Amino acid sequence: MRTLEQTTQEVLDLASKHFHVPAGSLAPEDDFFKKLGIDSLETLEMLSRLENHFGIELPDYEVQGVSDFRTLASRIQSRL
Amino acid sequence: MKSFTGKTLRWEWRDGAIELTLDGEPANEIGTAMLEELEQFVAAFPALIPDTAVCIMSSNRRAGFSAGADLRELYHRAAQLSLEERLAGVRTFIERIHAVFNAIDAAPFVTIAAVTGVCFGGGFELALTCDMIIADAMARFAFPELRLGLIPGFGGIPRLKRDVGNAFVRDLLLTGRSVNAARAQVAGLVAQLAAEGETLRAARSAAMQITKFDAVTRAAAKRFVKPVPHEDLGREIDLFCELFARPTVMAALKKFVESSDAMPYLP
Repeated sequence: MRTLEQTTQEVLDLASKHFHVPAGSLAPEDDFFKKLGIDSLETLEMLSRLENHFGIELPDYEVQGVSDFRTLASRIQSRL
Repeated sequence: MKSFTGKTLRWEWRDGAIELTLDGEPANEIGTAMLEELEQFVAAFPALIPDTAVCIMSSNRRAGFSAGADLRELYHRAAQLSLEERLAGVRTFIERIHAVFNAIDAAPFVTIAAVTGVCFGGGFELALTCDMIIADAMARFAFPELRLGLIPGFGGIPRLKRDVGNAFVRDLLLTGRSVNAARAQVAGLVAQLAAEGETLRAARSAAMQITKFDAVTRAAAKRFVKPVPHEDLGREIDLFCELFARPTVMAALKKFVESSDAMPYLP
């Protein structure tokens, strides 16, 4: 079972890899919309990548309004 | 007409297979332009059918298969009309969509939707007319219509009910959430999973296999396993038009058109 810290780090690594942001430049409290510069379609892409990586289903309405990596990771954690 | 290039789509016949490529900016929204070209596609069926075993439907847009109905066009056109004109116009549009989608659904050749990225609303309904959906890991399916005060109007629910179990139908329709390809495959919606970016290759591979079978047997098998749910489709048109008459719909369309939300398909 992953800890929340591990889940958060995996979310950061995934975001860094797929949205071409330098590794280590993202922090748990960052606003990922601003930091990654993603639009609504890329938000869906990120949702798919997170679901595929963690092997979970993450209903859109559970992450609606979430904008920082730490809260996103906690939503994922509740589905692991 | 064995090949065609329009403003929103193109098709090309080759070796018994038609490849229909959706290519309307920005995300294959289905409005009057795409409807007119889909009508041209269906009108070409009599010429295509004798030499066609399979049709592959895919997208050339980065966003994915299709984001759904062209809600911006719908809102801006509807806003200029009286309620009576608006309802008449919507019914005419929906009936034309149903005629085209029913023709694709019942085509005597095998139809495959190669899906990646967004496959929402009306785009999802178009994919549901196909006999098989092949999707990659980035495909997402959703029916977000309830946020507009509507139900899906392009035949989606009768076709989804035909193909999968009630739990999945109700989850998608009543929550408006999107699901990925793996979940859709478990539900029985997606026939095959392909690696990311490989849906067209997988669809072509399936098409090569399908062309080996006798045409009469293939068409009979399809009719047997995939009846068109005409009665439910007719009821859907009436219910959609009834709901469209409510003032909340125009307010919800306006909100969507003006939205810059990250998840505009959710209420």
